[in-house]
Amino acid sequence: MISLAGRDILHSWGKFVFTGIGLGLLIGVTLTMAGVYRGMVADGKALLDNSGADLWVVQQETLGPYAESSSVYDDLWRGIRTMPGVAAAANVTYLTMQIRHGRRDVRAMVVGIMAGNPGDPGWPPHLVAGRQITRGHYEAVADIASGFRLGDELKIRRDRYKVVGLTRRMVSSNGDPMVFIPLKDAQAAQFLKDNDAIWMQRRRTEANPAFNRPTVPGLLEAVLASQTVNNQVNAILVRLAPGYTPEEVAAPIRRWKRLTVYDRSQMEEILIGKLIATAAKQIGMFLVILAVVSAAIVAFIIYTLTMDKIREIAVLKLIGTRNRTIARMILLQALALGAIGFVVGKIAATFAAPHFPKYVLLMPADSLAGFFAVMLICVLASLVAIRLALKVDPAEAIGG
Amino acid sequence: MSGQGILIEGLSKRYGEGDTAVLALKNVNMRVAPGEVVGLIGPSGSGKSTLLKCLGAVIDPTAGRMMLGDEVIYDDGWKVRDLRALRRDKIGFVFQAPYLIPFLDVTDNVALLPMLAGVSNDQARARALALLAALDVQHRAQAMPSQLSGGEQQRVAIARGLVNRPPVILADEPTAPLDSQRALAVIRILNDMARRYQTAIIVVTHDEKIIPTFKRIYHIRDGVTHEEAGEGRGFD
Repeated sequence: MISLAGRDILHSWGKFVFTGIGLGLLIGVTLTMAGVYRGMVADGKALLDNSGADLWVVQQETLGPYAESSSVYDDLWRGIRTMPGVAAAANVTYLTMQIRHGRRDVRAMVVGIMAGNPGDPGWPPHLVAGRQITRGHYEAVADIASGFRLGDELKIRRDRYKVVGLTRRMVSSNGDPMVFIPLKDAQAAQFLKDNDAIWMQRRRTEANPAFNRPTVPGLLEAVLASQTVNNQVNAILVRLAPGYTPEEVAAPIRRWKRLTVYDRSQMEEILIGKLIATAAKQIGMFLVILAVVSAAIVAFIIYTLTMDKIREIAVLKLIGTRNRTIARMILLQALALGAIGFVVGKIAATFAAPHFPKYVLLMPADSLAGFFAVMLICVLASLVAIRLALKVDPAEAIGG
Repeated sequence: MSGQGILIEGLSKRYGEGDTAVLALKNVNMRVAPGEVVGLIGPSGSGKSTLLKCLGAVIDPTAGRMMLGDEVIYDDGWKVRDLRALRRDKIGFVFQAPYLIPFLDVTDNVALLPMLAGVSNDQARARALALLAALDVQHRAQAMPSQLSGGEQQRVAIARGLVNRPPVILADEPTAPLDSQRALAVIRILNDMARRYQTAIIVVTHDEKIIPTFKRIYHIRDGVTHEEAGEGRGFD
């Protein structure tokens, strides 16, 4: 038996191809949207992977350091380092900001890392060019996505930094490239006030009778001195010693240090389940809308193509063609349209993905699921046309 | 084909019920022998199409009896379970317009019917090509319907009606869109095919040009038929 669907497609290939291309662009947008979501999840996981930590110690009752602000004293890491099961502990600060680079701004996450060695928690695990930070101040390692190159000078707050190393795929959960600088510089950038603010604060403190007591010499100076010290970090990253479970180490820190501790799975839940949950829902809504629009387009095209063939369908039925042969013809045409659309969409998404400002991760499993979703949509969309065709009375082929 | 070709006795068709009922066919009797071509003539609304639809097993008669060859197909109810198969295997259709499938070439338009009946593609195409040769359109076998003239399209449609060797062909105004020369050529072909394949052919027509070609004519008016002898010119 010849393929009626195949012959019809070959006969009106232009209509099919151009409709398929239109549908394909829509499917391309759908696949890209799914890729954007996957990219957000991948960015979140990359952030956790690249931190080199097994536990995140943050301010009590906060979801820090990525989903909420968190502030802990920078000397707590020493006590944590000595606790059983802790192989390494390091302070870290995170600050998302605009960094001046020549005449342009770059949005980046500035990460303050403690002096130490490559491989310590918080440090970039590998470089694609240059070297790690070796000085205590004014050196930076930047992700290649930031656009910085080796030797570039960038400005964070009032200070200038020289880019000495480059990383790849070191991004925040928002996809912003990371810039690593020494911890002290990062603390200054995050917590230090500008000169005017410091002067203003001093005047206010001097005017406050609680601090400026003539009967207590040295009190005002002590208060002023405490106000200019920056001893806060956002989190302490902890790496476990072999043989310890995260909970074994986390429980004593919570109990004795009065801090909140998250392990890897909890931090993933915060990043993916909370931080990007709204964005994921937004993307999910877009996917639903795009699926409905795709279905409507396929249904409309297949319905129109079927309407154009009503007389031929009546003739086919009159001369003894089975209903299932006619239904199969319409269904296969819808599936062919979906297949053309999917191929076009996949190609379009593959070529477009690298040009998106955020990481777009096109996963083969998503493409496969997308293919089956498109096929399902085409099947559903063809039902209207099939119903129309099956209702055609063969008597319509006979005039009068 | 054995027996009497097509035989209709006391066929009636009523549309609607009660006060709105319309009796479209009233006790119609008709007989067409194998190898015979008869004309069915009547004005618009006379019941021609209703009779053709009843014969073509696309609508249910209300009462009567119909036989194809030796087989009773209707006797106050269909005696055949699969009307689709009956239409496919026992009845050929030729329409006013050819209604060829636009996305199939000429050969496959004709070969489609045997393919639907389960004949292999090669055999079906061979059968189609033989018929196209008999109808003198084999040179257009690979053409698409849109590339054919009106006369060629109608010959292909006749080939499609004949390809399953049905005992009966129902032709619904097959010459309406054709000029007199082509119309007469189509009737000549139908007569040739009726003789060659012993097919009973009923031609519904208004066409004054071809009416004199029938040896027997059934006139139908207000659902009632009466038979008369035709002139039977030209095709002996």
